[in-house]
Amino acid sequence: MADVNQIPSKSGLKPEAESHAEAAHSDAVLGMFAPSLYADHVKVYPRAVSGYFRNIKWGVLILCLALYYIGPWIRWDRGPNAPDQALLLDMEGRRGYFFWIEIWPQEIYYITGLLILGAVALFLATALFGRIWCGYTCPQTVWTDLFMLVERWIEGDRNARMKLDKQPLSLAKAWRKIAKHTVWLLIAAATGGAWIMYFQDAPTVTREMLTGQAGMGTYFFFGLFTGTTYLLAGWAREQVCTYMCPWPRFQAAMQDEHTLAVTYQGWRGETRGSHKAGQSWEGRGDCVDCRACVNVCPTGIDIRDGQQLECIGCGLCIDACDDIMAKVDRPLRLIDFVSMENLERRPKKQPQIVKLIRSRTVIYSVMLVVVAAVMAAALLLRSDVELNVLHDRAPLFVTLSDGSLRNGYTVKVLNKRRETVQYRLSLDGQPMAGLFLGGERDAGLQKELVLDVEPDSVGEFRLFVRMPREAIKGASMDVELVLRDAATGRKATSYDTKFNGPN
Amino acid sequence: MPTKIEKDSLTGTETTGHEWDGIKELNNPLPKWWLYTFYACVLFSVVWSVLYPSVPGIRSYFAGITGSHQRKDVEEKLSAAAASQAQYRDKLANLDFAAIRNDPELTRFALSGGRVLFAENCAPCHQSGGVGAKGYPNLADDDWLWGGSIEAIHQTLRNGIRWPGNDDTRLSQMPRFLADGMLTAPQVNAVADYVLSLSGLGPANLPTVAEGAKIFAEQCVACHGEQGKGNRELGAPNLTDKIWLYGSDKASVVQTIAQSRNGVMPAWSGRLDPATIKMLALYVHALGGGE
Repeated sequence: MADVNQIPSKSGLKPEAESHAEAAHSDAVLGMFAPSLYADHVKVYPRAVSGYFRNIKWGVLILCLALYYIGPWIRWDRGPNAPDQALLLDMEGRRGYFFWIEIWPQEIYYITGLLILGAVALFLATALFGRIWCGYTCPQTVWTDLFMLVERWIEGDRNARMKLDKQPLSLAKAWRKIAKHTVWLLIAAATGGAWIMYFQDAPTVTREMLTGQAGMGTYFFFGLFTGTTYLLAGWAREQVCTYMCPWPRFQAAMQDEHTLAVTYQGWRGETRGSHKAGQSWEGRGDCVDCRACVNVCPTGIDIRDGQQLECIGCGLCIDACDDIMAKVDRPLRLIDFVSMENLERRPKKQPQIVKLIRSRTVIYSVMLVVVAAVMAAALLLRSDVELNVLHDRAPLFVTLSDGSLRNGYTVKVLNKRRETVQYRLSLDGQPMAGLFLGGERDAGLQKELVLDVEPDSVGEFRLFVRMPREAIKGASMDVELVLRDAATGRKATSYDTKFNGPN
Repeated sequence: MPTKIEKDSLTGTETTGHEWDGIKELNNPLPKWWLYTFYACVLFSVVWSVLYPSVPGIRSYFAGITGSHQRKDVEEKLSAAAASQAQYRDKLANLDFAAIRNDPELTRFALSGGRVLFAENCAPCHQSGGVGAKGYPNLADDDWLWGGSIEAIHQTLRNGIRWPGNDDTRLSQMPRFLADGMLTAPQVNAVADYVLSLSGLGPANLPTVAEGAKIFAEQCVACHGEQGKGNRELGAPNLTDKIWLYGSDKASVVQTIAQSRNGVMPAWSGRLDPATIKMLALYVHALGGGE
């Protein structure tokens, strides 16, 4: 109390005003000197809603969750000695499997391509339809929605939940809270578990996890994804969108006046005010200020304040408002998915325009097609063998007793087939060259070497090439090593390298 | 010091009360959980500092109560790696070369280990990749003084060349023909001309060549052979090929005949363990010249 008494005397208030000053203590007096730089979390209690957009949201939610949880269980027969999981990123075996496609670490660019495709598709969708990613398909939205559904089943709808949270702790409150968090944790565990399955064989890792035989890394990532799912979907929710996610901050760069956005049509709604049955609608807006749009909002904002960072564009407020509009017998879609251009045209009774072809949508579409075409071409032309040749750096060449020169190479043959393949390696266009493999000098010089490479692995060979002095032109000669499939005799691939000699 | 909190007319947001040259700062408060996350990080760092090496002192440092030490970790990993190599090393030490080369996995181990060992022990003289230098033979070519079979290389590695204190060392001594008065300077010159003509490096029609041939037949054939093709039993080089350890110009050849060379290589037996020497022999043999 002492400090409170001090302040009025400083500000020259008379003793009678002291009690008044005490009431205003936190708001005015202290507030003036120490504004709070930290905001308490205001819990959002979204009300259940039904309608057109809610149905779409349910549909997308079921589809996304089904894809995620069922994905790793889809089987795909690749023959013996290969995993039969359709979607698998095998980190230990260093292979990625996507149905009929199998990629090696050297081909990680396919995943880069997928990410670019995903990003550009997101840009295009955002340019056309606004934040539908945020509102419908983002994992944060999907799992938050699922967690809210559980919360509603156990604790009841908005009002019941608010009442429950205000109650002192009781048995009825405790079991509801425990039940909710238990179900949340179970869902989170299923989510973390499914994540692991994209990196290890699903049935095997499930059995290992349940019997306690999985590795530390497996349990760690299971725990990590279980924990983050529980925290982000159960507790953080809209805080993720507002404070953590960078996407809301820069997605506006993809939008223009033709982009759809969830918008309160102020020209129709204002002046807002409560409305009794039978009252005239003359001289006032359609908004009856029922706050239904605020109550259903998963991020707890008022859409009537205009476009804002926190709006994830899910359209649940449209469903809520349409309910009310139907009840008061006014036209639906006071809140609507509408572009800024059309929003301006409506009060002027101008025709609505839909302009899908704009410079940004064209650019995104072209990018999408180009990247997809490049990826498809790369995939179709993908060879099941690769040849890598590394010329020795020391020595660059060796002079032999008869004056001829020898160069050494390390040759790597990547056999991506599931069977042992015999290849033939030769140096084309150099009739005087003789080849031999490290450790096989006794076999004499060959024109063509036979290389056997084990299935699904890299064969490494030491190659020596010997050429008489008269065949050598200059200090460094371009040569081409050609790899042929021994069975068919067809050229599989080749590698351009050098043959070095003295100046 | 904040002075006056007011509501910004444009955004409707309160100011913090800070003002600099008329610029006011809006107060968009951070969520509390963000602050708590920061406190949790601070707490984490305190716990970490207690558990692991952290606070530096003048001569020492606080080592942490877990006793964790990265150098110790490295030592443990190194000894674990050595232990995992023990089975290969045992096999290398006990098997003969034919058996080792029949085991692809063992051969791979020996060759990749040999590469590192060569860089540590041999490269100072023989250079990286065994390419050699003047006086230090090129180990990648097909010319061998003492034999290029893997057994011969192994023998040279173990016992060295002209290495004092090793009874089995490779031993031969070319006389110092001029220095010890066995030949006169013109005679040495003639022999040099003859020797160079053997490999086509010098003209064969000089008058000195015939004289050199006569002296060569008297003095040199015992070791270098009648055709000058050398003798690996004695480490006598082949004089008819294109590879010259001490240089193929006439001055170098004269120098060799006059003063002799007698290069030395250490015996590695006793300095390196048998498995290591075998790995080096396999590696050198695989450089391209192995027979």
